[in-house]
Amino acid sequence: MELHFDQELTQAKDLLLRMSSLAEQAVVTALKGLVQRDDALAQSVLDGDSQLDNLQKEIDERCVELIALRQPKARDLRFLIVIMKIAAELERVGDQAVNIAHRATALNREPQLKPFVDIPRMSDLSCGMIRTVLDAFVYGKIDVARQVIRNDDEVDRLETQMHRELTSFMIEDPHTITRALSLIGVAHSLERIGDHAVNIAEEVVYLYEGRDIRHQSPNA
Amino acid sequence: MDNPVIQIADVNFWYGTKQALFDVNVAIAPHQTTAFIGPSGCGKSTLLRCLNRMNDLITGTRVTGRIALNGDDVYAPEVDVIELRKRVGMVFQKSNPFPKSIFDNVAYGLRIQGLTDKTELEGRVMKSLKKAALWDEVQDRLHDSALMLSGGQQQRLCIARAIAVEPEIILMDEPCSALDPTATAKIEELIQDLETDYTIVIVTHNMQQAARCSDYTAFFYLGRLVEFDATNKIFTNPTNKQTEDYVTGRFG
Repeated sequence: MELHFDQELTQAKDLLLRMSSLAEQAVVTALKGLVQRDDALAQSVLDGDSQLDNLQKEIDERCVELIALRQPKARDLRFLIVIMKIAAELERVGDQAVNIAHRATALNREPQLKPFVDIPRMSDLSCGMIRTVLDAFVYGKIDVARQVIRNDDEVDRLETQMHRELTSFMIEDPHTITRALSLIGVAHSLERIGDHAVNIAEEVVYLYEGRDIRHQSPNA
Repeated sequence: MDNPVIQIADVNFWYGTKQALFDVNVAIAPHQTTAFIGPSGCGKSTLLRCLNRMNDLITGTRVTGRIALNGDDVYAPEVDVIELRKRVGMVFQKSNPFPKSIFDNVAYGLRIQGLTDKTELEGRVMKSLKKAALWDEVQDRLHDSALMLSGGQQQRLCIARAIAVEPEIILMDEPCSALDPTATAKIEELIQDLETDYTIVIVTHNMQQAARCSDYTAFFYLGRLVEFDATNKIFTNPTNKQTEDYVTGRFG
């Protein structure tokens, strides 16, 4: 028998999934704005961010209401708490998309410093992590969530690599400093998106196993 | 568990030929509140009533296994049941004050125990009423009939009466089910205050109540103990699927 409460939980989950697809779309669009040097795309990300903010507020409001009115317990309680936390992570993913869009707008005014190779790779990886971890959330795939946590190392490695490369550009020619710093900023935003995916993965483990694995080494 | 107040071991219980409890094992920790929860007919009240042998009053019942109160076998042949019920206080669903004054209700058990000294009697009555959080409301009318009190006050009076004889454990069988939310909140506060001095076992249909005022929770289903654990564990992350389904309202 499906309870009314189950339907309300499903509605909250659907809002979260909408949020995740918007957040991922924002990152992809911001990156296109950079790689294709298209200001209009970057601007659309800036214009669309309030949608994510509003969804986060709506999710929080619904969850608080359900906690107050339904007094959820056990898995239901964890589910609502986790939804609120994931919503906060996704909202920050949206903020990182906004950061990238701002950098893109600035970079588009200057000649391109170098071909984009690592940045699209980082973006594919971190967006893929967000997509995968939300899938793990919906279907209870804890192994997949744990794999997402491990995948973050590759994103971190790429960021370090870009940092090194762009530093050498700046040393060789100080005229590149502004652009190089902007690109470092973009890489850092993408790295942060990977971290948000990791945080979500930890919440997924908490939801399904009831265990808090935050702030542990991955091998613990 | 070290030094449980009550140790329930392999308890089976029958009403005639119908078995109501199956191999129940629970230890009741001192100075803690333990809640028994479960759907109607799960055996939680039956088990509670085994602890002070209230079920002896029902003909055709039979119990096997061992229930020890601070080490003493409750069902040993030499046990004086009256003596046992002094050691195990009980509060019922429906408050049941005697048709006497407020003072006499609380003094009743003490007088039966042979306490006659007026000053000491008054002192013990006052102490019990204070512990039951009723003193402030009744101190000016101790000799009024207990039946003049509100339902919530009557229930607190019954708690005062139970604690006056300083039992080793207090059993509460749905103590708030006949009370309004405000009176219920007072009793729940009281349960938490009493923990300092007493060990409490409470049977409740109200899961929020179990969550709010107990330290340990035992979940029963069809006469069996399904899960027994710290209350915060039972209500946030129970181990058993049946417990999870019950506390989240999906069956029962």
